[in-house]
Amino acid sequence: MATAEVLVNGNQNDWSDRYYHVDQILDKPGPRTDPSFLAGEEVKKFLREACKILVIGAGGLGCEILANLALSGFKDIHVIDMDTIDISNLNRQFLFRPKDVGQPKAIVAAEFIMNRVPGVKVTPYFGKIQDKDEEYYMQFNLVICGLDSVEARRWINATLVNMVDPEEPESLKPLIDGGTEGFKGQARVILPTVTSCYECSLDMLNKPTAFPICTIANTPRLPEHCIEWASVLEWPKVFKDKKLDTDDPEHIGWLFKTASARAKEFKIEGVTWSLTQGVVKNIIPAIASTNAIIAASCCNEAFKIATSSAAYLNNYFMLIGTDGVYSFTFEHQKREDCPVCGGQALDITVNKEWTLERLIEMLIERQDVQVKKPSLTTATKQLYLQGPPQLEELTRPNLEKKVSELVEEGDYITVTARTLPFDLTLRVTYA
Amino acid sequence: MIKIWSMKKNEDAAARRKPKTSAAQIRVQKDLTELELSATMKTHFPDPADLLNFTLTITPDEGMYKGGAFVFSVNINTNYPHEPPKVKCTQTIYHPNVDLEGNVCLNILREDWKPVLNLNSVLVGLQYLFLEPNADDPLNKDAAEELRKNREQFLQNVKTSMRGGNIRGQQYDRVVAQ
Repeated sequence: MATAEVLVNGNQNDWSDRYYHVDQILDKPGPRTDPSFLAGEEVKKFLREACKILVIGAGGLGCEILANLALSGFKDIHVIDMDTIDISNLNRQFLFRPKDVGQPKAIVAAEFIMNRVPGVKVTPYFGKIQDKDEEYYMQFNLVICGLDSVEARRWINATLVNMVDPEEPESLKPLIDGGTEGFKGQARVILPTVTSCYECSLDMLNKPTAFPICTIANTPRLPEHCIEWASVLEWPKVFKDKKLDTDDPEHIGWLFKTASARAKEFKIEGVTWSLTQGVVKNIIPAIASTNAIIAASCCNEAFKIATSSAAYLNNYFMLIGTDGVYSFTFEHQKREDCPVCGGQALDITVNKEWTLERLIEMLIERQDVQVKKPSLTTATKQLYLQGPPQLEELTRPNLEKKVSELVEEGDYITVTARTLPFDLTLRVTYA
Repeated sequence: MIKIWSMKKNEDAAARRKPKTSAAQIRVQKDLTELELSATMKTHFPDPADLLNFTLTITPDEGMYKGGAFVFSVNINTNYPHEPPKVKCTQTIYHPNVDLEGNVCLNILREDWKPVLNLNSVLVGLQYLFLEPNADDPLNKDAAEELRKNREQFLQNVKTSMRGGNIRGQQYDRVVAQ
């Protein structure tokens, strides 16, 4: 590791002409550069010495992203991935070799890049993004995601939006999100709290394919129906509370055997091991060239944002390669009622002696809130819920208590009500 | 780095920081507190601090299942409302659209779920199953067959099963409302 330090701090690994092509862009302003662009040494110094970038995911997109970033001059790269390498990854995740199967993706990818591109420091973390806190994410200038899960994207999006502190410009971390599904892909730039966020566009997602449970139970026609029958109906029946682990070959084996028997009974062809795994893990075949295009777009945006050398994507780029090649760029609008970046926030001053009931009355009276029958919670406790009856009864005694006993100074109260489009956040200070 | 902050300054300066309550949690809070529970539906939270797991008891006041109390478990995961809540019947009941393991055949719980739907839609859907059992989408084939062929016998079977009786060798749970 000592050598790695030397490599990063000194520039002795930067042989002459290493950045010849990139410098064409950074040495002088072009027609589309931002007025604040400072061509020359300063921007190069920022990119190559100061800029710290986080890559989330070291899979299909992640491998491409890491290589692109390292080759375009980012030198302090961090990468997070919770997965280990599977043999089926090797066709497109080119930082991995057969000997690496079973090893953590983040660690192997980091080592490969550091060996291959001298002077670049890649810091891996083998684990979940949820293991890290705000302090960790605060150290980066930029975040790029190459994820395959909606849940992880929602988490990192909400975390970065929550981190934005109006008093601290540095707390706003641009998020570049790439995603692919077969021949289709998308890249977007999210400036938390400024542009539309990931949650704003949640309703654009296709729902995962699901078959009616009665079809699965009675009239299977497709191999997928047989596999779903095995995983949704038979597994819980036979194994009761044992959870199906889609990464366990023995579990997949049992499903495959059970689905095959059913397929035979209904004269359905096409149940295979890989289809079984594909259906239960919801795998959509990944295409290397789609990953390459989307990763290139993401890294291009990262480079432009880090250097201000050109206008960045505003804010959604989609690629459809299923029928010919089609791409479209548009500005996805921010949703006013987005549960993450929308909604109203109010600073309120509460008298230390006020009861919760008094606070609720105050909310109902306030012209700028216009709320009827509000339910109030904090991140850790329920203050007052209008329903269902059991919870209303349980929280009712709180109405008599002083707000100052229930909520600490500076804490946030989430208010929902039928009359509010989504929610209202109150930040409490005591008078 | 681009100067995003200069853009930000032009915006309404009100603090827009949000609490650490997840989007799924806020949505569940909104859905739950706005439930329109009729007299025939009751929720129970084993751990009141946990809004994501609860049971729902339906006591139909009309139709073939009148007089029964049917208990469903509702589990919501952190990917709600992208994913539907998981609903299971906790009793062994005689119903064409509920199998003996408690799986429920209701389109909005699977293939027709959309994030614009909410917990109220799910509750209404479940209630509807007891008013209009549907022989066309069977999970309990015997029950569906009976409903289609011999409605009188089906009605009789429902009554027997609700008292905890045995139908064609299958023992059902007693679900008569207290």
